Amino acid sequence: MKFVLLWSDFLFFLLVAGGVIFGLWARRVEHQRAAWRKVGQSRVGMAAATVLVLFLAVALLDSVHYRERLPGEGEHYAVEVRSVLDALLTPLRTRPEKTYSAPLATHSFAKENIAGEGRDFPRLKFGGAHLGEALSRHGADIALRCAQGLGLGAVAGLALWLAGLPLRRRAPHLAWDAVFVTLGVFCLIAGPLAMLAQGYHVLGTDKVGQDVLYLTLKSIRTGLLIGTLTTLIMLPAAIFLGILAGYAGGWIDDVIQYLYTTLNSIPGVLLIAAAVLMMQVMIDTHPQWFSTSAERADARLLALCAILGLTSWTGLCRLLRGETLKLRELEYVQAARALGVSSGRILTRHILPNVMHLVIIAIVMDFSGLVLAEAVLSYVGIGVDPNTISFGTMINTARMELAREPMVWWSLTAAFVFMFVLVLAANLFADVVRDAFDPRLAR
Amino acid sequence: MTLLTVRDLTVEIGAARPVEGVSFEIAAGETFALVGESGCGKTLTALALLRLLPEAARIESGSIRFAGEELLALSEAEMRKRRGGQLGMIFQEPATSLNPVMTIGAQIAEALALHGGGASEAKAVDLLSAVGIPDPARRAREYPFQLSGGMKQRAMIAMALAGAPQLLIADEPTTALDVTIQAQVLELLARLQEARGMAMLLITHDLGIVAQQAQRVGVMYAGQLVELAPRTAFFSAPSHPYARRLFAALPAAGRRGRLQTLPGSVPSPAQRPDGCRFASRCDVALPVCAHEPPPWREIAPGQQVRCHLEEPRKVGAGGTAQSGAAVPEPPPATALLAVRDLAVHFPIRRGLLQRPVGWVRAVDGIDLELPAGRTLALVGESGCGKTTAGRAILGLQAATRGERLWQGEALKGLAPQRMQMVFQDPFGSLNPRLRVGAIVKEGNPTADVGALLAAVGLEPEMAKRYPHEFSGGQRQRIAIARALAVDPQLLICDEPTSALDVSVQAQILNLLVELQEERGLAYLFITHNLAVVEHLAHQVAVMYLGRIVEQGSVDEVMRTPQHPYTQALLAAVPRIDTSGKADRERLLVPGDPPSPAQPPPGCHFHPRCPRAAARCRAAYPEAVQLSATHGVRCFFPG
Ligand SMILES: Nc1ncnc2c1ncn2[C@@H]1O[C@H](COP(=O)(O)OP(=O)(O)O)[C@@H](O)[C@H]1O
Ligand code: SF4
Ligand code: SF4
Ligand SMILES: [Mg+2]
Repeated sequence: MKFVLLWSDFLFFLLVAGGVIFGLWARRVEHQRAAWRKVGQSRVGMAAATVLVLFLAVALLDSVHYRERLPGEGEHYAVEVRSVLDALLTPLRTRPEKTYSAPLATHSFAKENIAGEGRDFPRLKFGGAHLGEALSRHGADIALRCAQGLGLGAVAGLALWLAGLPLRRRAPHLAWDAVFVTLGVFCLIAGPLAMLAQGYHVLGTDKVGQDVLYLTLKSIRTGLLIGTLTTLIMLPAAIFLGILAGYAGGWIDDVIQYLYTTLNSIPGVLLIAAAVLMMQVMIDTHPQWFSTSAERADARLLALCAILGLTSWTGLCRLLRGETLKLRELEYVQAARALGVSSGRILTRHILPNVMHLVIIAIVMDFSGLVLAEAVLSYVGIGVDPNTISFGTMINTARMELAREPMVWWSLTAAFVFMFVLVLAANLFADVVRDAFDPRLAR
Repeated sequence: MTLLTVRDLTVEIGAARPVEGVSFEIAAGETFALVGESGCGKTLTALALLRLLPEAARIESGSIRFAGEELLALSEAEMRKRRGGQLGMIFQEPATSLNPVMTIGAQIAEALALHGGGASEAKAVDLLSAVGIPDPARRAREYPFQLSGGMKQRAMIAMALAGAPQLLIADEPTTALDVTIQAQVLELLARLQEARGMAMLLITHDLGIVAQQAQRVGVMYAGQLVELAPRTAFFSAPSHPYARRLFAALPAAGRRGRLQTLPGSVPSPAQRPDGCRFASRCDVALPVCAHEPPPWREIAPGQQVRCHLEEPRKVGAGGTAQSGAAVPEPPPATALLAVRDLAVHFPIRRGLLQRPVGWVRAVDGIDLELPAGRTLALVGESGCGKTTAGRAILGLQAATRGERLWQGEALKGLAPQRMQMVFQDPFGSLNPRLRVGAIVKEGNPTADVGALLAAVGLEPEMAKRYPHEFSGGQRQRIAIARALAVDPQLLICDEPTSALDVSVQAQILNLLVELQEERGLAYLFITHNLAVVEHLAHQVAVMYLGRIVEQGSVDEVMRTPQHPYTQALLAAVPRIDTSGKADRERLLVPGDPPSPAQPPPGCHFHPRCPRAAARCRAAYPEAVQLSATHGVRCFFPG
């Protein structure tokens, strides 16, 4: 086995590490701690954060990549790059059907010519295979597995709750109830899912017979990456240019304003489409850059983040410029100037810490927008690599499926539900964060 | 006849009671003044009378009888008819009380229609002329932004009059206005009241206004009334220990040196002591005061005091002035900083290319000499260019022309080791993200924070805390410590006490005097408060529309003012006369200060000057030297 560190993995881990370092720093800085404590005291905030952490865990598992060693002599490795999540989901990944099948089905979705028996719905290779000929037990089996799953989930939830008791004792003022209720609900859903998934395709299969639950779980990493890396890429430029424009004024301000007004006046989709097409040509003409298809898809994903970042820094930049213009006139900045403090020091000591709340609010508010943007862009075909599993590509293929008669609804529904939960949690969390950090709502 | 009777009014916000057990009466045609420091519950009392309390607050108990009717028993619809009808109201901030997208005339007409006057433009114009707005027909068609602050307040008064109220509730009606405009508005209120037989509930923190306008006075402290008295009795013999300390804290002429101060600050509504709420700050407190609420006592006809002392007047230090020994005059000093012909013009930019189309002459050629170890006060109304002048002298603002000579040597830009500044807003002048220690060290990383904090009267341990844990006065001390850290010789103080309450102001003024004595600091003290000038300054310069119109020693300018504008400023300040007599014989200057973008030709003051002659309209007067120190720019001084 050989570990593979894709660029996006590296950046993602970097981001998580950055988040951890920021968290440690925020613990020591009083106003940050006070604001985050407010987030921690909010039930909605903590529940949403729990959901986001679960999503994040899936994405992290899906970001540890490796190539399997091939049996035989010498150092030979498989061409496919797998992740830990793939390994965990081996049963889902390695039991493809021939084509579409509905959730929990035992038979294929379309009739086929079966040798000797005429046209009928063929049995699935794996879905419900354990039932053998006893198809009448299908309903009972599902019910049994659900019950087992619920029991298992309840036990797991209880265990988590017990494990969490010391946490509660250490920080009794935080809204732990919300966390454990959310975790409990998660366990009660995940338990039956896990039990059912061992014998069935819980969310059905797609056109080439891949398990939809597997696809949805794999989509999470793509969504999170786009939502976070894009912000990471645009943040330095937005902060630097925004503060500089506001503080320096004069021609520097004019140039920066001109830059973002121009960028803003080009329709975003057009700009993104042009950039994505250029990038695609570039990637296609240089196949030697990438040793595996995973690396190529990864490069394309990162390029998409960069492109989205380039077009989305203007909003935050403008916001920061306005805030800096205001702060510049405040008396403590004037006092610092009167004391002969240098401009650089004024920017880092007086301006930056006082616009940080805007940056944090922008990061969490932009996240859900970016997840949705990925879906839209992939839907119109200028998003991620078609081989990358994402909510956008799932929705894109669903276009055809909805036109079939009868309709194949489960891919779209699964993508929709997962994306909805993710975006809803992100939005709720963003609202709580904004309320905690916005000085106008303080007190 | 009693018009309004308030009994045991208590307002609750959550668990706190910012107003508790307030009872008073107002007779028809009478002016009752409610005085107290900020946060003592004056505004909430007024809002409770109108049943206009903010969302979070509610009237817990009490009774409000107005013209024989219990207001608390009325339905909201009936109450709405009373509001703006029999009960008129004006608020502190005229700018936010008027609807910006309706003309003044339409807003008054609307108020008239609501209260059965019948909406008519003509009546609105009548009201506008009744409140002394010149050219009312034109003004009625204008929008609020086209009116000056004083005119907006007049328009607000006109709206309040539309319902022909029997009681006018005025919450700090002149606090946002300049002193000459304040004098005009107060005069107008008194005149209207007399003509219409209105009663008035006047809420203010300014004892001068009380002395001038009120017939009876109620003093509030921490949510309770502590003294009720007729004006004459109150001003000749204020009796509650708090009221007496308030008087002693007022800076005034003939009271140089230290002011008496109140230690500590008002207890917050959330944690109020069981006994007398003033106990922790009272210098004559008895043991019983700490746990037993004091009873009301009638100590003279009509004068009631809430205090455990049998005869509060007789105990403790003298009620009013601590006859301060005058500050020994420091020896005549050489000029530390001389300012020559300093001007700051701001371009007015218009159009696509942002070409300047005109100039705001904020500071238009001023000459000043700041002697070492002395205080020069720069006085003027808002917008006259005081702050810009201070910033330009410091070097924060580039000057259009002129020079600054530090002991004869020309200065370029900032001179942080020589001059520092203390700003007006104690809440904006400290970075909320930094600890006090870091703030004080800002200009000098090697400064001894503990010693500096001790020098400004704070505890050295406070260095570890953040600014939001401090009150306005403490923040101002921190700002002073920060300036002192670089050991400057000159401190430019821009209205350092105007955002503070009287008792806190006294503490800061005392601190400034002490620091001057200990460190030989020179001050350029920018202010609009003439009482503070008399208390603190050695020399005074009066500024009007970017120029200095009169300067001299404090005695020369304050006792024998020569410029008509200086005279008007001094006359406009409401004075406390211990006999309790209001002097209505006051020189009022008409009109508003003109805009510095279009100063009147000739002498800038001529449109408002009672002495103006043809000559004044033709040329700006040159400075006339009346004595070695006293100069004035007027053709007809005297
Ligand atoms: N909407 C509100 N919510 C919470 N506290 C309030 C509110 N309005 C006023 N207070 C508090 O009530 C007290 C009295 O306030 P106020 O009546 O405005 O005082 P004053 O007019 O004497 O300055 C203060 O402590 C103030 O902070
Ligand atoms: S009751 Fe006591 S503490 Fe209160 S004012 Fe009177 S003497 Fe002072
Ligand atoms: S110069 Fe004329 S207008 Fe100006 S202040 Fe003197 S008398 Fe008044
Ligand atoms: Mg108030």
